[in-house]
Amino acid sequence: MTGIDVWVTIGALTVTTALIRASGPVILGGRELPSRVMDVIALVAAALLAALVVVETFGGEDQTLEVDARFVGVVVAGIVLFFRGSMLWAVGAAAVTAALVRALLGG
Amino acid sequence: MSGASSRERLRAGMRAGVPYAVAAGLVGVSFGVVAEPVMGPTAAIVFSAFVFAGAAQFASTAVLGAGGGALAAIIAGILLNLRYGPMGIALAPSVRGRAIRRAAIGQAMIDASWAMANRGGGRFDPAFMIGATLPSYPVWVIGTAVGALAGDVIGDPETFGLDALFPAFFLALLVEELKRPGAKGAAAIGAGIALVLTPFTPPGVPILAASLGALMGIWRPAADPVIPDAGAEPERSLIVDPAEREQRR
Repeated sequence: MTGIDVWVTIGALTVTTALIRASGPVILGGRELPSRVMDVIALVAAALLAALVVVETFGGEDQTLEVDARFVGVVVAGIVLFFRGSMLWAVGAAAVTAALVRALLGG
Repeated sequence: MSGASSRERLRAGMRAGVPYAVAAGLVGVSFGVVAEPVMGPTAAIVFSAFVFAGAAQFASTAVLGAGGGALAAIIAGILLNLRYGPMGIALAPSVRGRAIRRAAIGQAMIDASWAMANRGGGRFDPAFMIGATLPSYPVWVIGTAVGALAGDVIGDPETFGLDALFPAFFLALLVEELKRPGAKGAAAIGAGIALVLTPFTPPGVPILAASLGALMGIWRPAADPVIPDAGAEPERSLIVDPAEREQRR
């Protein structure tokens, strides 16, 4: 890894991220899609967010799954949300819990 | 959408986006702390300002930090950004105007804003989404700068449990999403796909593949009571007015 690698990475990701974000709206924008497609679209967020929760909770180095302090934090966040606590309380509780678990268990 | 003007919906989006901006700021700080030793403060800040995609930035920085080259880092970043493909397709029917305008609106897609702009029935509110993204952008860049410049003072972000912040953040968004008809099934399938694929595929692929969970929607009409003549916006009751959403908090 060199300084060149860093700037090439940043440049390439600037371009590709903008292109990927533009692709859907540019190619399909403003078009009426069949109602069945719209029913599928309505559920994309739920499917993607659930996957992000799983990957960010259990994803470890080198494509492994691990259960660590993050998981305990997420469980506590879930409890906060269940009792209708706000997103910020949930997120804060997750971070504090994970920090405490790490401090107590030393890992 | 509903009667509100696009300016009102933009403002409503901005109000709804503020708490997410606070969380994004903390994640930005941890990105700055992690990225600074790998690429120095300037590159870290430019990265956040130009790419504005947390997961991809963390992934490609991890590759570079482990001694990988640019190509591997770019591929890691692209894989994590590929979810903006299906997200953009979902957004597309709601985005009007010329191609350049549609491309610009797509740039405002970040996970939280996009999810909050989902109005059900396949409809999104682009003005609301742009508004919700606006507070996050400066905070993300400033957070990165703080982390990159004060990393020595801050120390390891994991000590503060900042890595538990991401999944909790997505969980909060998911809980809102699960109120929609059919969403629980789609979420369960999406989570299952992600869990099964994580050990076997490069990072990013499990999340992209999980969008297939939305195909549950094909069977949805049978599961839902169909109200005749209400076809235009069948989920009216679920369209949460942003002001109302705030009051509930």
